[in-house]
Amino acid sequence: MSAVILAADDVNVAQNVGFGIIAAIMIFAALKVVTTKNVVHAALWLVVVLSGIAAQYILAAAEFVAISQVLVYIGAVMVLFLFGIMLTRAQIGKESDLNNKGWALGIPVGLVLFGLLAWVILDAFGDDILPDSGPTPTVSLSDQFLSIYLVPFLAISFVLLAAAIGAIVLARKD
Amino acid sequence: MLAVNFLLLAAALFAIGVYGVIARRNAVMVLMSIELILNAVSLNLVAFALMTGAVDGQVFALYVIAIAAAEVGVGLAMVLMIYRNRKSIALDELSEMKG
Repeated sequence: MSAVILAADDVNVAQNVGFGIIAAIMIFAALKVVTTKNVVHAALWLVVVLSGIAAQYILAAAEFVAISQVLVYIGAVMVLFLFGIMLTRAQIGKESDLNNKGWALGIPVGLVLFGLLAWVILDAFGDDILPDSGPTPTVSLSDQFLSIYLVPFLAISFVLLAAAIGAIVLARKD
Repeated sequence: MLAVNFLLLAAALFAIGVYGVIARRNAVMVLMSIELILNAVSLNLVAFALMTGAVDGQVFALYVIAIAAAEVGVGLAMVLMIYRNRKSIALDELSEMKG
């Protein structure tokens, strides 16, 4: 079924090849994030996953979201993570007790979850082809933000302000 | 391009993130796994935005990014506070209640 659709004219082969390469790198890096024994290495593998997500956003014609992903995640969140690791860890290098005692329970849970999700997705969207669209103009995004999504936009500003103040209150020494 | 490409990739990332949340003992590693889960969700939102031709999905992906930034800030501040009080961020040592 998929091979027939791949051979059809309206599927962009170069886009599919690019997607496959980036997706393979992302899944390998995500597995390293949850299995590596070194916390700093896990943070650096997470950078690979987040960059791959930004590349997939560009493939999905969402340039502004991709740029926000790079700025916010790779720029800000990863620096926070590295500071968190540096401020909470005594030893540098491999750690032997990063996993719970019942960590093996996670494997069947993850596999069953992925199996169920894949079954539902293939059942519901198995043949849907994404349209070949150009980049989304940022103007249309800002039109949405400043018209029908204005109230959530203001609410999220307050959430960010509250989170910033809360983080300072929690983390400062008094 | 098929819609299932993006959706299956997001499902795989989500499952890996859930495994990380269950298996990891270090609080910072659990926060990283939560980032994997949030990214899988916003990848789904962007894929659906492309599928329907509306930009609403991208708007919500930006909301998810903003919420994730707030969540990481507060979460790491809490981890720092726990580390300062107990000299450890192992999550299985945090149980105060019996039972």
